[in-house]
Amino acid sequence: MIELNVNGSVARADVDPATPLLYVLRGDLGLHAAKFGCGLGQCGSCTVLLDDRPVFSCLLPVGAIGDHAVTTVEGLGTAKAPGGVQRAFLHEQAGQCGYCIPGMIARAEALLRRTTTPTEEEMRTAMAPSLCRCGTHMRILRAVRRAAVARGGGIVDPAEPVT
Amino acid sequence: MTRARFLKFAGVALTIAVAALGLLLVIAHRSAIASVERPDPRSFDPALVARGANLARIGNCVSCHQAGGGRPYAGGYPIKTPFGTIYGSNITPHPDAGIGRWSRAAFARALLEGVGRDGSHLYPAFPYTHYAGVTDGDVDALYAFLMTRPAVRATPPANDLIPPLGFRPLLAGWKLLFFHPAPIRTDISQPAEWNRGRYLGETLAHCSACHSPRGLLQQEKRGAGAYDGGWSGGWYAPPINARSPAVRAWTPERLETYLRTGLSRHHAAAAGPMGPVTYNLARANTADVRALARYYAWRMRDAPAAGVEPPLPDRRALAQRQYPSGARLYEGACATCHESGAPMIVAGRPVLPLGTPLHEDNPRDTIQIILQGLRPPVDASGPYMPAYADAFTDKQIAEIVGYLKSRHGSGPAWKDLQKEVAKAREEGR
Repeated sequence: MIELNVNGSVARADVDPATPLLYVLRGDLGLHAAKFGCGLGQCGSCTVLLDDRPVFSCLLPVGAIGDHAVTTVEGLGTAKAPGGVQRAFLHEQAGQCGYCIPGMIARAEALLRRTTTPTEEEMRTAMAPSLCRCGTHMRILRAVRRAAVARGGGIVDPAEPVT
Repeated sequence: MTRARFLKFAGVALTIAVAALGLLLVIAHRSAIASVERPDPRSFDPALVARGANLARIGNCVSCHQAGGGRPYAGGYPIKTPFGTIYGSNITPHPDAGIGRWSRAAFARALLEGVGRDGSHLYPAFPYTHYAGVTDGDVDALYAFLMTRPAVRATPPANDLIPPLGFRPLLAGWKLLFFHPAPIRTDISQPAEWNRGRYLGETLAHCSACHSPRGLLQQEKRGAGAYDGGWSGGWYAPPINARSPAVRAWTPERLETYLRTGLSRHHAAAAGPMGPVTYNLARANTADVRALARYYAWRMRDAPAAGVEPPLPDRRALAQRQYPSGARLYEGACATCHESGAPMIVAGRPVLPLGTPLHEDNPRDTIQIILQGLRPPVDASGPYMPAYADAFTDKQIAEIVGYLKSRHGSGPAWKDLQKEVAKAREEGR
């Protein structure tokens, strides 16, 4: 039995410690925000927060997590009461098919926990490991800029101002 | 000692110190070279500019003379040394921020002697110890190339060095000890291609700046210790002589492929500071890269793998017993890409047992690749290795590294892995 701290509460799963976290989130805990994309750490759709850092949950064995806190998009807000980054993504209509968006949101959240005043380049570097095949990157970046401003910060040299 | 004798002794010591400082200042003195109007870019022969462009790529100049996110040749890249940080200078032809007012003679003196236009000595982080052998024609070409770049108004941060190293005349002392340029003469017993490779490799490409060990004052080991392996930017540059740890021979053909693509399916992908080197060589003259490959393959001609390529036993069960938690982490995090039949292998990435880092005498490169990931530096399409710095603790990475070395590695066992991971994190920042 593996015990995990997910979205602020204790979750248990009877799995092999080498099982990737993503499978446990989706298969055992019913948390479906993080997506299976490539399973190889190439696309970022499975990104969740481990403490405050973004990780590919498809490549993170649950046995390695210990008492570190796992946060998925379900832990950042709900449909009725979306969190700050989620509100920014909604405002900018950053999702097309939406498959990459939970990973994008987790990645943006990690960036803004690290700094609310990143440079444009820092923001792009932080978001780069997540791919969007619909091509809504410009809207996604606008959403991250908006979320930074909403947290009292902002991109210090934005390529586009937040309007 | 009586008071009088002490005073006499102190007086003599002070006199010697003042005389030494005076002598240093005399030795260190170089005159400024008069500034010129920025030469008209159109005054340079396009063929000469193209030749300079090729040489700049072979020299990998842009790696130190461009900051992350900055403009090419505008400087600002931090070079970390044990004595502090030195920032690459702006070598665009901007008249104030760059070298726009430098005459050809001033440029040549900087490149060949390590003295700036104003007469101040340059830090040997700028590898003039290698450039001293550059031919006059190649100096002309590099000058023509740089003077025709867009002029960028950008001033790199001031160097941050421990006192008294900000006092540049001291560098004259360093040069007296360690800077003894000798011309590179053609070795008529070797083919022209080998000689070309040696000229480029020992001068502009300055390969030994990373691949040779350095002494206390950061001077490169020459002679017998040359190319015995060195350190750069938190990574280990393995030996590229008879001590090469590779388990497959570096033939000239394989080395040429590696230098031009950043990938050798028999060895490894170019990682860390070697990435930009291959990125630039991919854009350089093919014959020149072939010459470099020929010369450095020759330097590795007595390496173990050049004689017999050893078998690569898979000690999976042993490694699992020694590193049970490393084995579990490997299964969950690494196996999908690194076991046989995985998409990475199908895409031509080297298999783990061949990876040179696992055969090196220290774990640094293996650790950095896990921490930072690895993106093929030349052709970014296809699979890449993601970074694990945020996913795993030092202890967990140490477990994985121990497992990998035990299962696939060769050479002496690595020690204190957890400390090594912490150090790699710190130095790779």
